[in-house]
Amino acid sequence: MSRSTPLREVHESLGATLTDFAGWLMPLRYGSESAEHNAVRTAAGLFDLSHMGEIFVTGPQAGEALDYALVGHLSALETGRARYTMICAADGGVLDDLIVYRQGDDRFLVVANASNYARVADELAERAEGFDAEVDDQSDAYALVAVQGPRALEILSTLTDADLPALKYYAGVPGTVAGAEAFIARTGYTGEDGFELFVAAADAVPLWQELAKAGDAFGLRPAGLSARDTLRLEAGMPLYGNELNAGLTPFDAGLGRVVKFGKPGDFVGRAALAPLKDVPPRRRLIGLVARGRRVPRHGYPVVLGDGAVVGEVTSGAPSQSVGKPIAMAYVDTDVSDGLAVDIRGSHEPVDVVDLPFYRRSM
Amino acid sequence: MSSIPQELSYTKEHEWVAGLDDGLTVTVGITAYAAESLGDVVFVQLPEVGATIEAGDAIGEVESTKSVSDIYAPVTGEVVETNDTVVDDPSLINSDPYGEGWLFRVRMEGDPEDLLTADEYTTVTTVES
Repeated sequence: MSRSTPLREVHESLGATLTDFAGWLMPLRYGSESAEHNAVRTAAGLFDLSHMGEIFVTGPQAGEALDYALVGHLSALETGRARYTMICAADGGVLDDLIVYRQGDDRFLVVANASNYARVADELAERAEGFDAEVDDQSDAYALVAVQGPRALEILSTLTDADLPALKYYAGVPGTVAGAEAFIARTGYTGEDGFELFVAAADAVPLWQELAKAGDAFGLRPAGLSARDTLRLEAGMPLYGNELNAGLTPFDAGLGRVVKFGKPGDFVGRAALAPLKDVPPRRRLIGLVARGRRVPRHGYPVVLGDGAVVGEVTSGAPSQSVGKPIAMAYVDTDVSDGLAVDIRGSHEPVDVVDLPFYRRSM
Repeated sequence: MSSIPQELSYTKEHEWVAGLDDGLTVTVGITAYAAESLGDVVFVQLPEVGATIEAGDAIGEVESTKSVSDIYAPVTGEVVETNDTVVDDPSLINSDPYGEGWLFRVRMEGDPEDLLTADEYTTVTTVES
């Protein structure tokens, strides 16, 4: 039985197609997912992300505990700023990718993926032992609503006194939005400017409705997980379970820069990750654009002209911005051209391109 | 609730068949229910004109943002016409599944078997959802 977010009835009243995602019943789309995708690129989209996990780490040694538990240097993070980071197993495998917000000297908010946050909360609690820090999984108490797109700033400005223009990308500030206490973060997963609003679960429905009303004149529309996936894929952002998993290290994923060996003290995964720092990985994550119209999808083999398998697609979708199907794939580091994807038995030619596929104009 | 026109016949794989009463040549498409389940259709692959198809065989593909599905032959016979317009603009399957979004025409060999009435197909969609 899937769990529901506080916004389920709102989604149903909007005619959403609901789908199970990581044990949650979530809106896949409300109507046309292409229209939702385009709304985020040209105006704004409204997302329910309440399935994500919110874990607070507090106390005098909260920063040090996170330095030990995660691969990043969180004690060095300024209050009000956010970091993309990862939690790894002792063998260096990625257990989850995270965004950590520092909300005060002694207070951090760790946002984890829906599929992983229970595990992340357990690991954080275990790893925080011996530090003067508390780990508190508040995922059930919080809802997360995102407004993403070039008009997001204008829309949100009508509902809050917070100084949004002063809020930098990857920063967050407490504030009031449509009368509700919120943590307002300028983060997202779409490749656009936008905001993520952490609110009490009970405030989710009125907040959603106020945002929808305020956004109407700006072309805001509710957007489901299908659009969220194509948006993040165009932006070249990894998805846990696709580009990231416990069998891959941050270096395998081309994200070794998130591992901060220079920080003080030991951290879980250091011993396994340190030798990998200067070793070229066997495979690398690349972007592919299909020449034809068939879509390379998760798990499809990447092949050479002679049929030799040299990699595997991790994510793929038709791309509105590129106008052709796009994909990310892990391929052997010594191949770069003459590639095709085995799409249900047919070898469809693809071109290798730099990631991301889409970059917003500033 | 998706539209399920009374005058058409259906398969449990969500194809519709039109023109059974008019002669040997029938028109085939996919239902509004199927189109809604798929989401925005971005690619459709149809059988070649002249191909011989057998009821129940996978003879094409319809691909949406999130998924890909086979198209099954609802009847046995020869493909006599395909809808090039829908190949160029697969979104017609979403916008007009029973009209501009038709897929192909088949000259039947023998009587069709196992096709569903609109009421029977309605039951199929109710059970699935």
